[in-house]
Amino acid sequence: MVRTNVKMEMRAVNFYYGNTQALFDVSIAIPEKRVTALIGPSGCGKSTFLRMFNRMNDIIDGTNHTGEVMIDGESIYQNNNSSAELRKKVGMVFQKSNPFPKSIFENVAYGPKIHGIKERTQLQEIVENSLKAAALWEEVKDRLNKNATNLSGGQQQRLCIARALAVEPDILLMDEPASALDPKSTTRIENLISELQKNYTIVIVTHNMQQAARVSNYTAFFYEGHLVEFDKTNKIFTTPIKQQTEDYITGRFG
Amino acid sequence: MTNWREKFIELLLIGAASASILIVLLIFLFLAKEAFPFVLDPGIKELLGSQWIPVSFKKEVFGILPLITGSLLVTALATIIMIPFGVLGAVYIAEIAIGRERAFLKPFIEIMAGIPSVVIGFFGLIILSPVLKKIFQLNTGLTALSGAILLALMAIPTVISISEDAIRSVPKSYKEASLALGASRLQTIFKVVVPAALPGIIAAVMLGIGRVVGETMVVLMVTGNAAKITFNPFESVRTMTATIAAEMGEVAFGSDHYQALFWVGIVLLSVTFGLNFIAQKVLTRYRMG
Ligand SMILES: Nc1ncnc2c1ncn2[C@@H]1O[C@H](COP(=O)(O)OP(=O)(O)OP(=O)(O)O)[C@@H](O)[C@H]1O
Ligand SMILES: [Mg+2]
Repeated sequence: MVRTNVKMEMRAVNFYYGNTQALFDVSIAIPEKRVTALIGPSGCGKSTFLRMFNRMNDIIDGTNHTGEVMIDGESIYQNNNSSAELRKKVGMVFQKSNPFPKSIFENVAYGPKIHGIKERTQLQEIVENSLKAAALWEEVKDRLNKNATNLSGGQQQRLCIARALAVEPDILLMDEPASALDPKSTTRIENLISELQKNYTIVIVTHNMQQAARVSNYTAFFYEGHLVEFDKTNKIFTTPIKQQTEDYITGRFG
Repeated sequence: MTNWREKFIELLLIGAASASILIVLLIFLFLAKEAFPFVLDPGIKELLGSQWIPVSFKKEVFGILPLITGSLLVTALATIIMIPFGVLGAVYIAEIAIGRERAFLKPFIEIMAGIPSVVIGFFGLIILSPVLKKIFQLNTGLTALSGAILLALMAIPTVISISEDAIRSVPKSYKEASLALGASRLQTIFKVVVPAALPGIIAAVMLGIGRVVGETMVVLMVTGNAAKITFNPFESVRTMTATIAAEMGEVAFGSDHYQALFWVGIVLLSVTFGLNFIAQKVLTRYRMG
């Protein structure tokens, strides 16, 4: 077996919303170009954990943390000005699809424009490639100038994935990207994730055990702000070490 | 029983709604009735003239073009001043100000909105006009620009508070999406939040313009009231509203002058109507995407 590199890492991280602690002494090493699923009952800190990696927790007032968060071996909370650069490298897809009320084209071109790409032909190329990578191109290529909010829920979510891909990140953070979608759209997103895994390190939050089992290589189980168990997905789902993990995946609680 | 009561309330509501339509219609009819004879006697062509000389030993002329351009110039200038201050002010209050600054600014702006126009006019007369006269070395400080600055001052609070509401109601998820793509806070504000709030901001500006077009006291006091066609901000002008306010009290009932003033009223009403109509069109068009 080929050894995989560690892409993202946490060392003894505690996280606080004001006085409430949401993460307790979390340490983890997430492998490169693999899909890692985060599972656990509602409120256990999955989103908080995910948002540590692109510093999106910073925009909430009164939050702070201890411990170290690293990407490619570099601590990402060292330099206070680097969050824009960081977020360029670490894309995010949200639970509720949130395309801008702009055209499909402008949605995808937004990121590259922000980061300084002005030339029209170059933008067109990026938009086309990103939409193709998000498996949306065929459906929208004739109406790139139409408002994105007219797309279906599933299409909107793939558009958000295309928008994230357009800035060429290494990492994709996905917070329950399919939870608001119908089964058919969910399948499309899952297939897409398997496809994207070749080029991206993906961390995905899901409440759906089958989904975690289907799409991920690794699974992390969180409970009340603690990382209980982290291992290969088939190991977690067949022979978990912790009793809590087994109880959760067999549906005994949560 | 309840059914009967509901019917009654429904009728009441329909009555209230149609009353406003009826009143607008009646006002228009009244204006038209008083203005109409002018069409027969001096003729409508008279109104299109470029001179407004309602009192004269030789020949009185009632060309309303200078009054229209006067209103147009003052309104345009006021709009140019009002948009940046109003919109940037709203952006600042909604997105950038911290709690303490907002707690100070909001009541301040509300007070500003409540200042009687005659007080603003007085301030213009005593302070602003002399200052402008000095700075630009003018013959008179009573100019279109003086009026426009004061009118903008009066309209800005409206523009700010309505734009602020619009900016605030932009979903947080748009902001998050933008920040997550690596955009800075300012990029997010000006490339995502403000465009998303644009329909509301346009509505705010339109309301501001509506206030400016209809305002009378301030322009009467500080624009110099010279009825001439000019597009120079540093010259005196005379607006439609100021003309009606200044002359209606002394005019002989039923005279040509009297009828001409009603024509001015009709034009003014039509302009306000047109503005609202355009605003509505812009809004629905934008919402359709
Ligand atoms: N903005 C916030 N302010 C204060 N507390 C918060 C905030 N966001 C989350 N929390 C708290 O932090 C804890 C972890 O929340 P988090 O959203 O990370 O959980 P989650 O595992 O993603 O839950 P879910 O599955 O419902 O999305 C919860 O107890 C939650 O109430
Ligand atoms: Mg969550």
